[in-house]
Amino acid sequence: MATTAFEPLISAAWGKPNSWKLDEYKKRGGYKGLEKALEMAPAQIIDEVKKSNLRGRGGAGFPTGLKWSFVPKDSPKPKYLAVNGDESEPGTFKDRYILEHDPHMMLEGIAIASYALGVHTCYVYLRGEFKFQAERTNAAIREAYAAGIFGKKVLGKDFQLDCYVVRGAGAYICGEETALLESLEGKKGWPRLKPPFPAVVGLFGCPTVVNNVETLASVPHVFTRGPGWYAGLGTDKSGGTRLVCLSGTVNRPGVYEVPLEATFNQLIFDDKYGRGLPAGRKVKAVIPGGSSAPILSPDELDVAMEFEAVKVKQTMAGSGGVIVMDDTTCMVRSLWRVARFYAEESCGQCTPCREGTPWQTRLLRKIEEGRGEPGDVEILSNVASSIAPYPPIGLGNTICALGDAAALPTHSFLMRFRDEFEAHIREHRCPFGDKPWGAFGDWS
Amino acid sequence: MLTTKPFETYEAPAMAEPLFTPEEQKKFDAEIAEILSHYPADRKSAAMLPALRLLQELKGWLPPEGLKLVASRLGVTPERAYEVASFYVMYHLKKPGKYVVDVCTNLSCALWGAEKMLAYLEQKLGLKAGEANERFTLRETECLASCGTAPCLQINEDHHESLTKAKVDAIFDKLS
Repeated sequence: MATTAFEPLISAAWGKPNSWKLDEYKKRGGYKGLEKALEMAPAQIIDEVKKSNLRGRGGAGFPTGLKWSFVPKDSPKPKYLAVNGDESEPGTFKDRYILEHDPHMMLEGIAIASYALGVHTCYVYLRGEFKFQAERTNAAIREAYAAGIFGKKVLGKDFQLDCYVVRGAGAYICGEETALLESLEGKKGWPRLKPPFPAVVGLFGCPTVVNNVETLASVPHVFTRGPGWYAGLGTDKSGGTRLVCLSGTVNRPGVYEVPLEATFNQLIFDDKYGRGLPAGRKVKAVIPGGSSAPILSPDELDVAMEFEAVKVKQTMAGSGGVIVMDDTTCMVRSLWRVARFYAEESCGQCTPCREGTPWQTRLLRKIEEGRGEPGDVEILSNVASSIAPYPPIGLGNTICALGDAAALPTHSFLMRFRDEFEAHIREHRCPFGDKPWGAFGDWS
Repeated sequence: MLTTKPFETYEAPAMAEPLFTPEEQKKFDAEIAEILSHYPADRKSAAMLPALRLLQELKGWLPPEGLKLVASRLGVTPERAYEVASFYVMYHLKKPGKYVVDVCTNLSCALWGAEKMLAYLEQKLGLKAGEANERFTLRETECLASCGTAPCLQINEDHHESLTKAKVDAIFDKLS
């Protein structure tokens, strides 16, 4: 249970004038966390982050302090920090708001992490489509250099740190940490086999930490307010607050900073957040953490949006991308669209994923277009199982988790809505006719 | 009879015109030096993505001679440059229309009517998704991280969000 009263940390300044400027950030107490951290020994910083229970916000929820402690201290090689800003999981759009509204918060986290890890070069990898966000981050980095935060001496301390923005060029797979490293090395984004993990063999064969944008933006708060305070905001195993991205058929989609104890029901229906569905619509299914996360039924939404609680439901809090589908939505059509994404974004390295993802897509199109035959649902289920069986999550037959990401939606849609798939086959048509989305508003 | 010349004596056909104007060449040289300074001296090939982006900014696409130039500056083979360029969807290996229109139809956008918006654009531009003319390239694209402001599209890397019919019309009316 939370022992600290909730307050927004990451999103506190969003929407205020010039919130992205260094002056404004400093007025709010910005870079005070870095000042405190620079007075500590690197090992002590890592301990403080461990104590804060901060967990990675990219999707896997790995404890950040533990990840940092895996970097070998005696390695003669240079060490690197790579920031994962390749936000591409459908339903996820939180990191861009940090980059747009408060990039210095992330930069402060970068400086603290770099000092703790002995990193002198940091690359901020942003997805290629983030042109505006890259410009804003670059402007913030220039301010930080001018103010002596980056450069030869970090805040006057004998510690050099350089930071560069690198833009991707349109590849979801580059959000996978080893594919990101390949891309940073100027190659196509093919994930690497693990182990070795990036903390030991990462960028250019050197020890590398890969952290998500939101994770690093959370780090300064651990030092300004103390790890105990930060841990107290969250649950036993997970500290701080969390950004969740609400989209789909809700009245007020958007990014909301929530306590980790907040439930999906609160997010969707609360006046502070989503304000419910448009009149006459009911929840049919909810994707809890980006389109790869197995869906939840309407009666499963009283679960906290926290890694461990969501795991109990055989799904994942993932990237915080919550997509609401209402009762006018065709599940076959939805799954077909999701499947197409993974087929398009499969890098082509492993056979189960390269061949399985288009196969799923073809079968789903066939069923949605009324050409499905008895047995197609079983074939679909088999294809998904050949990429990655379920449950539990994480037994995929591929090098990286994209295979799992592609198979999990299929498994979970079939588990909960098998009747709807069978109905398509029985009736030789989509029961929703030409309105498979039940869209509302201007394009209804 | 074998008429192919031996490899050593092969000469690439002269290009109709040089790849860059003098100003473009100057910009390319200056910026590639800046990009390379971000990487360790023995890791020049890491600059591939930014270098290809620079080329595309200057030419609007990645012509084969440009790929060769980038490869030579980075100390890799042209095949390596092509391998990378063909992996990422934002690089154009063929000259696209003046405006590249990417419409997201992924789940969150679809729930807000993106498929209808795409159909409207197909009609408006006289193109099917995946087709191009001199003025427009129209493509269906994957999630652009605008799910909370759906539906959305991107024109030459500029985002447009929370789109209505009136907004779409206004955006396209403004294009030269």
